[in-house]
Amino acid sequence: MGQTLYDKLWNSHLVHQDEDGTALLYIDRHLVHEVTSPQAFEGLRLAGRKPWRTGSVVATADHNTPTTGWEQGIDGIRDAVSRLQVETLDANIRAYGAKAYFPFLDKRQGIVHVIGPEQGATLPGMTVVCGDSHTSTHGAFACLAFGIGTSEVEHVLATQCLVARKMKNMRVTVEGPLARGVTAKDVALALIGRIGTAGGSGHAIEYAGSTIRALSMEGRMTICNMTIEAGARCGMVAVDDSTVAYLKGRPFAPGGGEWDQALAYWRMLRSDPDASFDGEVALDARAIKPQVTWGTSPEMVVPVDDEVPDPDREKDPTRREDMERALAYMGLRPRTRITDIRLDKVFIGSCTNSRIEDLRAAAAVVRGKRVAPSVRLAMVVPGSGLVKAQAEKEGLDRVFRDAGFEWREPGCSMCLAMNADRLEPGERCAATSNRNFEGRQGDGGRTHLVSPAMAAAAAVSGHFVDVRNWR
Amino acid sequence: MEKFTVLDGLVAPLDRANVDTDQIIPKQFLKSIKRSGFGVNLFDAWRYMDHGEPGMDHSRRPLNPDFVLNQARFRGATILLARKNFGCGSSREHASWALLDYGIRCVIAPSFADIFYNNCFKNGLLPVVLPEADVDRLFYECASFPGFRLIVNLEQQSVSTKDGGQTMRFEVDGFRKYCMLNGLDEIGLTLRHADKIRAFEASRREQFPWLFR
Repeated sequence: MGQTLYDKLWNSHLVHQDEDGTALLYIDRHLVHEVTSPQAFEGLRLAGRKPWRTGSVVATADHNTPTTGWEQGIDGIRDAVSRLQVETLDANIRAYGAKAYFPFLDKRQGIVHVIGPEQGATLPGMTVVCGDSHTSTHGAFACLAFGIGTSEVEHVLATQCLVARKMKNMRVTVEGPLARGVTAKDVALALIGRIGTAGGSGHAIEYAGSTIRALSMEGRMTICNMTIEAGARCGMVAVDDSTVAYLKGRPFAPGGGEWDQALAYWRMLRSDPDASFDGEVALDARAIKPQVTWGTSPEMVVPVDDEVPDPDREKDPTRREDMERALAYMGLRPRTRITDIRLDKVFIGSCTNSRIEDLRAAAAVVRGKRVAPSVRLAMVVPGSGLVKAQAEKEGLDRVFRDAGFEWREPGCSMCLAMNADRLEPGERCAATSNRNFEGRQGDGGRTHLVSPAMAAAAAVSGHFVDVRNWR
Repeated sequence: MEKFTVLDGLVAPLDRANVDTDQIIPKQFLKSIKRSGFGVNLFDAWRYMDHGEPGMDHSRRPLNPDFVLNQARFRGATILLARKNFGCGSSREHASWALLDYGIRCVIAPSFADIFYNNCFKNGLLPVVLPEADVDRLFYECASFPGFRLIVNLEQQSVSTKDGGQTMRFEVDGFRKYCMLNGLDEIGLTLRHADKIRAFEASRREQFPWLFR
């Protein structure tokens, strides 16, 4: 019987397997950031161990870094605790080394899941890990990529391996063309709405179908990124011409004769036609509308032309209670039309939607318009210094600034509000990020997850609008 | 890692589905570069009435009397009873550290998010999956009987009521069980295969040289 892409990636990294299925998996690429690594490096030191292969490490500071005041250097990180964490990463990389380090203020610095692919440090056929759940992003390149905890960061540093058990295979097939204004983000949210935030637990998801094949690499990264919100640790897409075209000429992509050698291997990174999956989900792309979350879990999502659901119509008592609690937190009444929800802030950024294509889509909506006076803050946070530079080259920064958006420095920013960018209690935000959990963007903050185009349209209108009808 | 063998503990019920790691330990506390001291900020936004920041004197902050862990009858709980998909969201291991530092040694739920589940075993915090119907009943009993305790036996893979009236079996992966029963360092165990890793790496380097540039 044929193998799935996941089977192939798993088998090609298997160092050892016990009879009970416990395996040692070899790790090719280890992405490191400042929040989940200090305790791992400390653990190494306390045990008197050395990193196994620092040539696998690509590091950057992204979670704590400010998006303004870079001219002040490290002093621009006002919060002393945040600054210490960034300096600790500096010191650890200085002490141990890395293949590449893009520290705070470097022009190539950025969100770790944006800069990996951008640098060609994420390549097909790799195992990619990082102490961050959105590592699933890199699966867009036919990698086995997943988030790990800090103990595992230490384990990978010390042994270049992870102790793992094979997951089940799930295939999500999306067929058909997407309507104008409907994006990869909407596909991801529609999927989570369908299978729930635990729908992919214990599975590796492969995305397939004509819709996925038609997506750019940026779009595929968005979908793979959101895989963790569907409960699966990793999502992946087979290699095709788009994958190859994206990687060609990237700084860490193979060059010369090795490029052809790599290409021959990469072309095999797809599921065999007769491979079987433990679970199958099919989505019709034509039926997907722009999505907006209304609650405190990404599965609490509806199309923009719908309304906030009514808990009274929910039969399951636990679900009803969850809905009531979410509505109370979100300050929403049942059956409010989504397009009647007014916003205080708009955030365009995060490892989900901060790449050049995302900024182009948002700028196209904003061009020649103004942010609504009722919106207190609309901000664009590019995913990396290079994305920022590219956007500026295309004049997108002017489009945003002229419309009244703030144009910031790269980083994770208000996706998780570890730096100074955050919502105040009760503030309502249209965000292109990935989590609408209670307090995620700041204590008491209310997050609605949407695509970049939907966020941009909401900024201009002051409330959600159906971007399919945008003029 | 601290060993886990048998735990006879007071049970606290947290009756919410999809409890995410942002709730278990909010992001402002992830700035620490240590593994300890997170317990006081476990469920910070639910537990306190004000906004917490690192460096505050948390003992002086106003407690939310409605939050389950603040209720006198659950003081000293070492077992947390939870709903489905516990620990979803971010990979932050700080969530496991915070639960342990607070004193929780075991979480019982119908399901866990994959990364959180994994992180628990690295730290001697035992996640126990029981069928939804059993968890429902435990919630009921926990609410009905003050001082409700359970005995969790990892060797026997069982959860029992104090009177011995009910015993529920749970599944746990053999390797994880072995490490936890003995409090073993997983890195040390993996390094026993160092020669195998080196050999694998050498052949990989030959086959895919561009991965090692």
